[in-house]
Amino acid sequence: MDGTKAANALKEAGLAALVALLLAVPLIGFRLTEGLQGLGIETRFDWVAWGVGVVFFGRFGLALTRGSRGDLLGHLPAMPKFPTGTGRTVAGLLLLLAIAMPLLPVADRYMVEIAITVLIYVMLGWGLNIVVGLAGLLDLGYVAFYAVGAYTYALLAINFDMSFWLCLPIAGLFAALFGIILGFPVLRLRGDYLAIVTLGFGEMIRIVLLNWKEFSGGPNGISSIPRPDFFGFPFAREGEPGQTTFHQLFGLEFSPMHRIIFLYYLILVLALLTNWFTLRMRRLPVGRAWEALREDEIACRALGINPTNVKLSAFALGAMFGGFAGAFFATRQGFISPESFSFIESAVILAIVVLGGMGSQMGVVIAAAFLILVPELLRDFSQYRMVLFGMAMVLIMLWRPQGLVAHRAPSARLEAGA
Amino acid sequence: MINGLTLGAIYGLIAIGYTMVYGIIGMINFAHGEVYMIGAFISVITFTILGPFGFASPVLAIVVVLMVALVFTSVYGWTVERIAYRPLRGSFRLAPLISAIGVSIFLQNYVHMLQGAKMKPVQPVVRGGFVLAEEGGFVVQITYLQIGIIAATLVLMAGFTLLIHRTSLGRSQRACEQDRKMAALLGVNVDRTISLTFVMGAALAAVAGLIFTLYYGAVDFFIGFLAGLKAFTAAVLGGIGSLPGAMLGGVLIGLIEAFWSAHFPIAYKDVAVFGILVIVLIFRPTGLLGRPDIEKV
Repeated sequence: MDGTKAANALKEAGLAALVALLLAVPLIGFRLTEGLQGLGIETRFDWVAWGVGVVFFGRFGLALTRGSRGDLLGHLPAMPKFPTGTGRTVAGLLLLLAIAMPLLPVADRYMVEIAITVLIYVMLGWGLNIVVGLAGLLDLGYVAFYAVGAYTYALLAINFDMSFWLCLPIAGLFAALFGIILGFPVLRLRGDYLAIVTLGFGEMIRIVLLNWKEFSGGPNGISSIPRPDFFGFPFAREGEPGQTTFHQLFGLEFSPMHRIIFLYYLILVLALLTNWFTLRMRRLPVGRAWEALREDEIACRALGINPTNVKLSAFALGAMFGGFAGAFFATRQGFISPESFSFIESAVILAIVVLGGMGSQMGVVIAAAFLILVPELLRDFSQYRMVLFGMAMVLIMLWRPQGLVAHRAPSARLEAGA
Repeated sequence: MINGLTLGAIYGLIAIGYTMVYGIIGMINFAHGEVYMIGAFISVITFTILGPFGFASPVLAIVVVLMVALVFTSVYGWTVERIAYRPLRGSFRLAPLISAIGVSIFLQNYVHMLQGAKMKPVQPVVRGGFVLAEEGGFVVQITYLQIGIIAATLVLMAGFTLLIHRTSLGRSQRACEQDRKMAALLGVNVDRTISLTFVMGAALAAVAGLIFTLYYGAVDFFIGFLAGLKAFTAAVLGGIGSLPGAMLGGVLIGLIEAFWSAHFPIAYKDVAVFGILVIVLIFRPTGLLGRPDIEKV
């Protein structure tokens, strides 16, 4: 009995190693080098040998202990079930931490800056969560709305001298408008088309921004975007004549940290607004309709829900929050260029939603913190970052398609026997 | 015009891969563009290795490279299906799509990491051509290479259509397309059929990659992304699930791109292509040669 098992394992491992060898030889075994006479080639069969060896023994070991590969995924530990209410406690604690964070003595400029970045992604994740998590529409061009928001703010602020507070809603509305324009023709179709069209749309926006130099500054982007002020009181050492600056208003010593801390609270409030809005929407009929559509579109249609309109509302609202985040991004950076809005950004935001568990607000926070902080800590390995990133997306799908913190359960369900 | 046809042939070949996979499992294989990129890379590498041996005729060299690229790229296609898609069959609808995006990001950066980010230029292998017309300094020329590409594409097209309509593999593919569970009950090996579909798609992508290498003479790790998008557009334009449709869509996209580049700002040619995608989806969601899509409960 054991003999056959070992033999089978050996056979499987041999097959896996053969495939690995075939995969590795052309791309790992040879490396193209640029020489004076065109391309040269160098070999690195030692790498191939390592790779194949690892695959062989890894597969052998797995086959011996677990049997076939299908079982392997089933054997991985499931997430522990938390008692109900834990989520709320954790969320409350995190919120307290988030509010207190910049005031703690350990918080330096670097930390707060990173926290701002994480919060931007949390906000984007929550925005996209409306589209992907609640309504079940795969949007691969979310970054386009982010870009629309950022450029709207930058152009309005520079050309018309409008304040951040006025521009913020305009940026959001503009992004939502784009969402409606894009969504209207496409949302009537099946989900897969939406994915590819949004992907194309994201690229389109980027190409237009890159080439329409008179409008967007082309590849140079837009610089010296006005920084936000504290409701009319600028963060500056010296205000213009007759102007009170923030530190004079409160009688504080001037410090550049003030602005950063203000930005931190600003994005925190914006993100919480997104979250609160989503949680509220979920209880409204339209929010219920989103989730119902995600679960079963045909049944929804039979019940008289108009799928296009419902999807369109989710799409536009998600886009709007992307626009808000974009406006914030522009004012925080002071400089934007098409570089910041590439497909990779969309993929990162999508990965945050997927990793966190589609539809889960808490999962988004955890995944955003993880995806932003880990590369920050592993700066030396940045070359491998995207490779690992792609791999992680596949593995998460294989292991836990519902994400780390699952929330697929609809908000409303019938009681048993009702 | 002829440039457009050649470009269209490349898109068409990739589009067939999309269309076949979509037809059979109803999923967009996002990683297909990267498989094509890998095909192109393997072609470049094989050409470089063969370089010092100096083949007598370029045709022989191309045949050898084609074989190598076909084999290795197919293995990539097979592995992607086996690892990233098969375990997710029967999962919810977005899962394989997201997994495919993961594969796409992974493969792109994997090649970036292993082969570097620079363009890899290749010496032209086939030179010369016929002069079709000469007029006041303008020379309209069709190269041997272009003739070869168009001929090869037509042959492949015909071959695949035959394969699908006449052989038992094609029959099981069509059976899986219509009803996977029923096909399995009737003794069709569904897993193997789907794997073979992926292998065939990858092989066509390898041919497209080789053509790209020969025609443009430079390869980098980013070519798969845009080519994949446009090939998908081609597949949708022609009617997803239909082989001649994919080819027709590819040629149309190639021609549109060539005309746009000739008459309008070249930077916006990609925008034009996506614009067409959106317009087609609005007015004819099933594409030019597609069948209406009946949703099953």
